Amino acid sequence: MTTLAAGAELEPQDYLVTRADLVAYAGASGDHNPIHQDEEIALLVGLPGVIAHGMYTMALAARAVGVWSDDAEVVELGCKFTAPVVVPAEGGATVRVAGTVKSVADGLATIALEVTCGADKILGAPKAVVRLG
Amino acid sequence: MPIDASLVGREFPPTRPLVVTEEEVAAFAGATGSSQRRIPATFPIVVTFRALLEFLEAEQVELSRIVHGDQKFAYERPVVVGDELTARLTVTGVRQIEGTDILRTTSTITDADGELVCTAGATIVHRSAS
Repeated sequence: MTTLAAGAELEPQDYLVTRADLVAYAGASGDHNPIHQDEEIALLVGLPGVIAHGMYTMALAARAVGVWSDDAEVVELGCKFTAPVVVPAEGGATVRVAGTVKSVADGLATIALEVTCGADKILGAPKAVVRLG
Repeated sequence: MPIDASLVGREFPPTRPLVVTEEEVAAFAGATGSSQRRIPATFPIVVTFRALLEFLEAEQVELSRIVHGDQKFAYERPVVVGDELTARLTVTGVRQIEGTDILRTTSTITDADGELVCTAGATIVHRSAS
């Protein structure tokens, strides 16, 4: 575990996202939107291909926060979904979650995240606030 | 069909309760590779999404034409196994930009005692068929 001190750069975490993960996530979350599973429908509604659920990507951001904070209690979590993560049928896509501790005050650490897939920033202003143990 | 702007301010009926079980948490954490020492922070989306589906059905909006614009959670306390969570969705804004509806919603997630567990704010982007 990294010490969550103000200014600390947190070790980037890489996560591979496959179509099988999206199927499992659809079942677990109840979000069966076909754009996350069916290439034809995704293209039909104007998407570049099957895309990961935004909430899947957000869950990966939270997963990285858990790694850095030793699974601290999260009191706030938010982001914009700025670019889709296109998940090819073969292999999948790699999402990288990086973070910096912006501030520590009143027993809470605010972590600014940077979530990318290749050269694309896929989440806008992702941020987590965790309670320090 | 555009989403009706007169929906702003309307609170939709509460979802049926979601009983948080070990199995559901394990499936959710497993799908995202998350640690199971604590219930994943995004887990409340399960009941929030139910509220969204009920809203889409009521307004006859097709799920495949929806993408997520943003999401924010503010937690009063962590979710624990055994919780019975209910979500109430309120539409807080609707605007149209070039055939796209931008819908702002806030969902309050409460437990069996009616106590607030989490507030979830979301922007939903709806692209009408052209």
